[in-house]
Amino acid sequence: MNAFSSGQGALSQESAPIYEALQQYKSMRVVPFDVPGHKQGRGNPELTEFLGKACLSVDVNSMKPLDNLSHPVSVIRDAEILAAQAFGAAHAFFIVNGTTAAVQAMILSVCHPGDEIILPRNVHKSAIAALVLCGAVPVYVNPGVDTELGIPLGMAIADVEKAILAHPEAKAVMVNNPTYYGVCSNLRAIVDLAHSHGMKVLVDEAHGTHFYFNEHLPVSAMAAGADLASVSMHKTGGSLTQSSFLLAGPGEREGYLLQILNLTQTTSASYLLMSSLDLSRRNLALHGEEIFGNVIRLAQYARDEINGIGGYYAFSKERVNGDTIFDFDTTKLSVFTRSIGLAGIEVYDLLRDEYGIQVEFGDLGNFLAVISVGDREREIERLVSALAEIKRRYSKDPAGLFDHEYIHPQVCMTPQKAFYANKEPSRLTESAGRICTDSIMCYPPGIPIIAPGELVTQEIIDYIIYAKAKGCFLTGTEDPNAEIIGVVKE
Amino acid sequence: MELWYTEEHTPNVRFSIKVDKMLFTEQTEFQQIDVFESEEFGRFLTLDGLMMLTEKDEFIYHEMMVHVPMASNPKIRKVLVIGGGDGGTVRELTRYDDIECIDLVEIDERVVTVCREYLPQVAGKFGDPRVHMYFEDGLRYIRTRENEYDLIIVDSTDPFGPGEGLFTKEFYGNCYKALKEDGILVNQHESPYYEKDAEAMKRAHTRIVEFFPVCEVYQAHIPTYPSGHWLFGFASKKIDPVKDLDAAAWNALGIATRYYNTRLHTGAFALPNYVLDILEMK
Repeated sequence: MNAFSSGQGALSQESAPIYEALQQYKSMRVVPFDVPGHKQGRGNPELTEFLGKACLSVDVNSMKPLDNLSHPVSVIRDAEILAAQAFGAAHAFFIVNGTTAAVQAMILSVCHPGDEIILPRNVHKSAIAALVLCGAVPVYVNPGVDTELGIPLGMAIADVEKAILAHPEAKAVMVNNPTYYGVCSNLRAIVDLAHSHGMKVLVDEAHGTHFYFNEHLPVSAMAAGADLASVSMHKTGGSLTQSSFLLAGPGEREGYLLQILNLTQTTSASYLLMSSLDLSRRNLALHGEEIFGNVIRLAQYARDEINGIGGYYAFSKERVNGDTIFDFDTTKLSVFTRSIGLAGIEVYDLLRDEYGIQVEFGDLGNFLAVISVGDREREIERLVSALAEIKRRYSKDPAGLFDHEYIHPQVCMTPQKAFYANKEPSRLTESAGRICTDSIMCYPPGIPIIAPGELVTQEIIDYIIYAKAKGCFLTGTEDPNAEIIGVVKE
Repeated sequence: MELWYTEEHTPNVRFSIKVDKMLFTEQTEFQQIDVFESEEFGRFLTLDGLMMLTEKDEFIYHEMMVHVPMASNPKIRKVLVIGGGDGGTVRELTRYDDIECIDLVEIDERVVTVCREYLPQVAGKFGDPRVHMYFEDGLRYIRTRENEYDLIIVDSTDPFGPGEGLFTKEFYGNCYKALKEDGILVNQHESPYYEKDAEAMKRAHTRIVEFFPVCEVYQAHIPTYPSGHWLFGFASKKIDPVKDLDAAAWNALGIATRYYNTRLHTGAFALPNYVLDILEMK
């Protein structure tokens, strides 16, 4: 009998199989003649000093007692079963290549080359990259736009229906739940609509881990009956950066999904990442309701205080409109800054450079602070006080600030065709009318302003130039300064 | 059996006091509060294991915190104390009849309660009718105050715990806003001697300089604090602590002190060269 093996007794949410196996592995004092070559840290004293001996001692390779992520049969499988239970899924996959890998697996598992997929244009770049990889054809649903805040919203049900009726052969509908700003579409209605037309529903829940653990938050993908969901456990759930879950509903073929994941995921999965997922899942399963209750309370306190300063607008459920903002994630601290005469990215930079406070991202009209499992009152006080100071010291006349965040794309060819087309470099300012071969975005948030196969317009050029001038970090082009972009050769 | 209290002043330097008995211990929402009885220093209070005050030498810190700004501007009427839950700063302030209002903002109400019970020599003046207590984060309190105080005294713990917010730029900026046009900000300014303390001191000084036209630093010798050499920050919108000192007026008040006097007032602003170097004040 394998001393490490699972299946001895019933699994419960109080156990953490990978963590327990690693503890046992440590106590066995195994002599490593396998990789990694640092051999429990001995071979890299500087790194061991920096990260700690405890950390290096469990940075180990797959082995029989510790299971193997690419073909889990024991402790990883048990941990996945527990995660699936905790999230109300039929199956959960541990992901160590970032939520990017989960999003791409969702798309690759439903789309063959040439298949259509319906998705909102404000998807993360990982979804556009999946289209480049598999050759699927995007059918974009323009998200709603809040013209006051200048942010893209969720998808209107009527727009989703129109897309489904116009493209009955599409394989799936993809949904952000929520968007970076915390906006949710009517997920249950989209699931019903898609399923009644034989389409699957794929949900990017990179920012929605906590939806599974508190009843006051918007509905989660699995609860809404979606087929697949990608959950960034590391974003709000407390696990290490780059660790995520891919969740599958009851209709999915587990073995096929694993094959898809194994196309691109590492064969040397990190036990640091996997044990962090295991322990975070246990923590949330046991204490999530209370933890996120506290997060909701902290975020609401921060909103009330920020709105009390005047000028800023920390928005929440009052924006709900029954359709494109069907629900709002109240743990998101999204703050509109344009009325104090500063772009969100400018406040974002001031917070970091002047006050030593790092928030998640700033765009032209807003910034977003993530409140999560690790936050306390005293840090909220610092953020609010710094915002009061920024208003006192830096506020300006808001006239002349750019006021929108979403430009309707004009798709000329599929992302894959454009990406692999004969291309040539072109000066951004002279590229109006050409077909772009790059995904160009501000990072964060990483939502492409223009994607491969889309027409470059003067509006897009102006937007990129303005975003750069305000201090946004532009990525996606071969040219690091984003002055030269790739376009299809004519 | 011998019982010793030990504080690590650096990872390589320890400071110990022989303890007769432990009088009180509690982990509050914010910190660990302990009160000990000792032969050498009488009773002493520690927060998170760090020395806050002893009955023997607390007069030095509290007199220097209060009398230096008070002698620099006799017109001070409204004072805000942030931190200072032990009551020593409030005690010194209540000795001025001309002060009309003393607001105390302390994050941890338990510190006040415990000090009133175990350190009455220090915490005995909370009952003065001019004293108003607010139990909340100082950073939050100051945010909404504007042009209100003549003097703000920041009597905080070190910047490595619940007191961290009181060493930030956002805090000093909000203090500037809360002060009247001849307002003064005095803060405990850490020690220049050990590297970690000196870094905190330098950082605080750099941040204060950004807001206040007058930014001076003064010193005192406090035997139970790391290195014994302790600094205080004096920042103001226009009052200069040395040039504007009216020694005769302060001495006429007849306040009996054990450490502070008006000659020492001037001398305390004469800093050693190595401190001037760190502060880039040379």
